[in-house]
This record gives sequence, C-alpha cells and structure tokens, in this order.
Amino acid sequence: MKVKVKFFAILRERAGVAEITKEVEEGSTVGDLWQNLQREFPKLAVPGIRLLYAVNRNYVSPAQVLKDSDEVVFIPPVSGG
Amino acid sequence: MFRVVRQPINLQELIDFVIDPEAGAIATFIGVTRNHNEGRKVIALEYEAYPEMAEQELARLGAEAARKWPIRRMAIVHRIGPVQISQPSVIIAVSSAHRDAAFAACRFAIEEIKRTVPIWKKEVYEGGEIWIGTQAGQPLTRS
Repeated sequence: MKVKVKFFAILRERAGVAEITKEVEEGSTVGDLWQNLQREFPKLAVPGIRLLYAVNRNYVSPAQVLKDSDEVVFIPPVSGG
Repeated sequence: MFRVVRQPINLQELIDFVIDPEAGAIATFIGVTRNHNEGRKVIALEYEAYPEMAEQELARLGAEAARKWPIRRMAIVHRIGPVQISQPSVIIAVSSAHRDAAFAACRFAIEEIKRTVPIWKKEVYEGGEIWIGTQAGQPLTRS
C-alpha cells in the first residue's frame, strides 16, 4: 500500500523535497516509516530533534499503524506566533 | 475565523468578526516580528505552515478556549511566507461579556499556538539562518 509523506520547514529543506509517495508494508507504523525515511534521506536525522507525528492532519503516536492513502507528516518543533 | 494567510493581516477585520451584541469586551493580541533574538540581529524572517492542519489546530484551540471560558467569538489569523520586521505575524481577537474571559482566552490562544500549531519560523542572520526550536540550520559564523 502507499502513503503520502509531506515535509515542512527544516525537514523539507533537508529532504530536498516537499512531498513524496512511499510504498509501505501492511502493518507498518508511523515510527517504522520514519526509520525507513532516515535511511533514504540521511540528512533527515537532525541530531537531538524532537518530532511529533501527524496522520491525516491529526497528531498520533509513532505506534500508529498506517493505512493505505494516509497523509503522514513529521512535525519538527513548532515555532509560530 | 481561523486562518493561515500569505498577505498582511488586517486587525480591524478580526475585530469586526468578533463584535457581538452580548459582548462587553474585546481583547486582541498582536505577535510582531522582532529584529533580534538571543543577542543576534535578525535581518529577515519567514514562516511556513502545514496549512490545512494549522487551521484545524487553530479551530481546535478556539473550541477548547470556549469550553474553558465564557467567550462569545474568537478569530485567529497567522501569516506565513516572508514577514518584514515589525509586521504582525499573528493576530488574535476574542470577545466576551466581561473582560476576564477575553483576556484569559487570548493568552491561552497564543500559548497554544506556540506549543501545538504546525507553523515554523525561520530567522535569517548575518551569515546564517535557523529554524527556531530545532537548533539547526546553516551554521552561524560570527565576525
């Protein structure tokens, strides 16, 4: 199955791309996807960064199991205001 | 009204939105871009958002404020893209029958924005830039 991954801010710059589609195995979690993406885009591994995870525009835990067509976003520390 | 926009924010538009015949108070907060941070001179700022989720999170915190305090109406608009120094980056307006609720909800909203809403600020200095909160970016060279 496939999921859509969007990158923002520092992660977008480090990935060099704003959006990709990834093939993932049935039963994969958000955390698994992040591990795989760091292998594909080594620069994504920002030392010491604390990420939050969103699926379909809602915050989730990294243990969340992915479904086909999910929109996944890895959220670096926010700094609006 | 919970929006992420690329254009300058119009304070009066938010005030007009929260005006309510039951309200005796309107509190507003304006977040403005600053020309320094931790001793460094900021020469340019830029905001980026995950816009669909940011607007949804703004609406969520607005609903939470309405559960916590007896407010009438709330509007939050956050600007993204390049924002010049001394320009508003975010404006919040809240109306309530009495002033305590409006002040409290306004304060709550800006603190929640800084904690949970997927918006990021990049500060550009002489010789470097940083995504605030990540402590990463181009290394700074000080002269």
